Amino acid sequence: MVLFRRPGVSPADRLFRATVFTMAVSVLVITGVIAYELVRNSRLPIEKFGWAFLWGTTWDPVAERFGALPFLYGTLVSSALALLIAVPVGLGVAIFLSELAPRWLSDPAAFMVELLAAIPSVIYGLIGIFVLVPWVRNVLEPALSGTLGFLPLFRGAPYGVGMLTAGLVLATMVVPFIVSVSREILMAVPHSQREAILSLGATRWEMVRVAVLPYARSGIMGSVFLALARALGETMAVTMVIGNRPEIRLSLFEPGYTMAAVIANEFTEATSDLYVQTLIEIGLVLFAVTILVNAVARLLIYSVFTKVEVRE
Amino acid sequence: MSKPVLEIEKLNAWFGERHVLKEITLKILSQQVTAIIGPSGCGKSTFIRCLNRLHEVVPGARVTGTVLLDGTDLYDPTVDPVMIRRRVGMVFQKPNPFPTMSVYDNVAAGLKLTGMRRRSVLDERVERALRQAALWDEVKDVLHQSGASLSGGQQQRLCIARALAVEPEVLLLDEPCSALDPIATARIEELLLELKKSYTIVIVTHNMQQAARVSDVTGFFLLGELIEVGETKQIFTNPKDRRTEDYITGRFG
Amino acid sequence: MTRTLSLRRRLTNGFMLSLTGVCTALVLGILFFILGYIAYHGISALDWDFFTKLPKPVGEHGGGMANAIVGTVKLLALASLIGVPIGFFGGVYLSEYGRKNTFGFLIRYAADILNGIPSIVMGIFAYTIVVLPLGHFSTVAGGVALGIMMIPIAVRSTEEFLKLVPASIREAALALGLTEWKVVSFVVIPTALRGIITGIMLDLARVAGETAPLLFTAFSNRFWSRGWLEPTASLPVMIYTYAVAPYDDWHRQAWAAGMVLLMLVLGANLLSRMILHRQLRG
Repeated sequence: MVLFRRPGVSPADRLFRATVFTMAVSVLVITGVIAYELVRNSRLPIEKFGWAFLWGTTWDPVAERFGALPFLYGTLVSSALALLIAVPVGLGVAIFLSELAPRWLSDPAAFMVELLAAIPSVIYGLIGIFVLVPWVRNVLEPALSGTLGFLPLFRGAPYGVGMLTAGLVLATMVVPFIVSVSREILMAVPHSQREAILSLGATRWEMVRVAVLPYARSGIMGSVFLALARALGETMAVTMVIGNRPEIRLSLFEPGYTMAAVIANEFTEATSDLYVQTLIEIGLVLFAVTILVNAVARLLIYSVFTKVEVRE
Repeated sequence: MSKPVLEIEKLNAWFGERHVLKEITLKILSQQVTAIIGPSGCGKSTFIRCLNRLHEVVPGARVTGTVLLDGTDLYDPTVDPVMIRRRVGMVFQKPNPFPTMSVYDNVAAGLKLTGMRRRSVLDERVERALRQAALWDEVKDVLHQSGASLSGGQQQRLCIARALAVEPEVLLLDEPCSALDPIATARIEELLLELKKSYTIVIVTHNMQQAARVSDVTGFFLLGELIEVGETKQIFTNPKDRRTEDYITGRFG
Repeated sequence: MTRTLSLRRRLTNGFMLSLTGVCTALVLGILFFILGYIAYHGISALDWDFFTKLPKPVGEHGGGMANAIVGTVKLLALASLIGVPIGFFGGVYLSEYGRKNTFGFLIRYAADILNGIPSIVMGIFAYTIVVLPLGHFSTVAGGVALGIMMIPIAVRSTEEFLKLVPASIREAALALGLTEWKVVSFVVIPTALRGIITGIMLDLARVAGETAPLLFTAFSNRFWSRGWLEPTASLPVMIYTYAVAPYDDWHRQAWAAGMVLLMLVLGANLLSRMILHRQLRG
């Protein structure tokens, strides 16, 4: 509801409006300037490599030959791996908290899950380096290659650092996003939907599967995209555990590299303008991808809440 | 004989496409209580919100027609709605004291925020308003506690005091007792009879007994139209319009 | 036949529902593990020197992160200078003037986009607008990066808390004959103030832990940073540098810094929850 549509009467009102409006506009302007600056400062590689930059596989700063594919690949695979783990787990938590747990448990538990999102990324990296990497090297990777070693995904020497570890860290970091958004969306599903199916003799789980989840589907997809956007842009924790090697390898045990990680690692070492601008162009690609993913997420989430509003 | 304070002529109001008040023409006399009755959704709240230009703050809301307050048209483009609202006070359906302010600050808010700083004047005006609202004795020892800590009935009288402190000429009340218990309601009704000696009062109510008890003049609204207006006694004993009769005898609404 | 079916259904029901409980236990378990692990290593590593001494050169034992603590405080102060006014007034705009209009929608969308931009990209942006023109890394550049990161959350949380102020409170203030800016400034904003401050506090806690946007803006500094135009150390960047270095004593200090940072962030979260809880109850 807008309370003040009519033009302001007193000069003080006008001044107040002008201040508030200017600050609001600056949000828009800053967003625009970020996009502009990223494009402006990646002119050199854009002119030199063109679109081929995106599928070039060589990353040779000494010879100044740059291709971004290893980073795109590493970003996509580590994020996909993270979602593969985080989505079922996160959804499980959301279902537990919204459908099964009593209120006194649900609210504090949801708060604690959100605390996971508040832990700084560098601390995940710290735990990653000193706890997860040794565990993956000594326990998880030998176990996986012992049982699933027939798949090319789980072959090779156990390094500890690599795609798999990055996926695990990222999964932990994005779970809270899936839980908090999905939980809210599940709780927004009207009670009548639940009661209708229960009165037909369905079990609790059948109610969740048949009545609740389908109703909330687009919102849950929204939370997944939100988590994806986070995972794609995550920098420190990934940089600290992924191994930072610009190569494309099928095995998840092998080190990889992501877009965010290469920027974090090489920016201060980049000596030539072309090198720096190439890293900025990677930033530009990352920016474009995350905006796209975020936009999809927002649309999906908005759609659920408007649907619920209309139906109730 | 009292003179008209508000002269409403051909007043129309809309919410977006919805035409909620149609061609209302009515005079409101000074130092009387005018009650507006009618079934819910008949436009009675919208009507009094047009009398202090509060209707227009809702998006999509529109008003045409004239409302003369002592001869000046409220809707004249040169008229500042802020000044109008200082002359026409309002009390709302649910008690709405400012939650972060003390009892004292609630009452003083209208004065303080328009530049009155002199402590002695403020103290005096606050006390007078609280006495007029028959609340002084109950709150004089808790003036600096939060207004939200009072009971519902006290909160509503606090809101009345808050409106009175800026010394308006007209006091609008939008179903002021609908959220209150019978005892609190009775106190507010007594208060209105006292207040009408110095103020012109317009009260919207869905409670016909209340209208009969407190008002001198009653207007009956139905579907956005003013069906009938007259002395309260006449409206309740000998209505001229069939629809008024149906309503006050409880045949609909 | 119906009986066996219902047994299967019952088993599925029990199994799937238990699985959701296991997921919850797992996620909460990870949280407690992280907190416990950091506390365990952090407490044993934390000493007075950590807060009062400068870092020692490589190979020398001991030293602290006093400069990084001060650096983080300076960076947050700068960030607030940018993030709070824009976020606060932007939120006021959205709640009081931009609820249903196109422009409000645009601002809200821009804030959501801004919030989704990876922190490392914010670092690049601050690099291009501050570091490149100045020609060197600086505290200011780091502050700009963090400040811009604060904006979207500050905008949206301010907006949300202002929207919680009932319309009846605004109308009561209008009906007293107050002008628009007085209604907003002296009635609406004070009513929502506690929530707004909480939101901004959480926002600060969030950017306090950011590392990526500082790597090539505030950079790092082994010594005290003199003034705002010099590079500065900060806790998150120190944790990163020390964690990836091959020295045990640095690892020890990384844990200590990790614990300090974590306490800061979690403390802000718990505090804000307590404040909001109190507000909701009365």
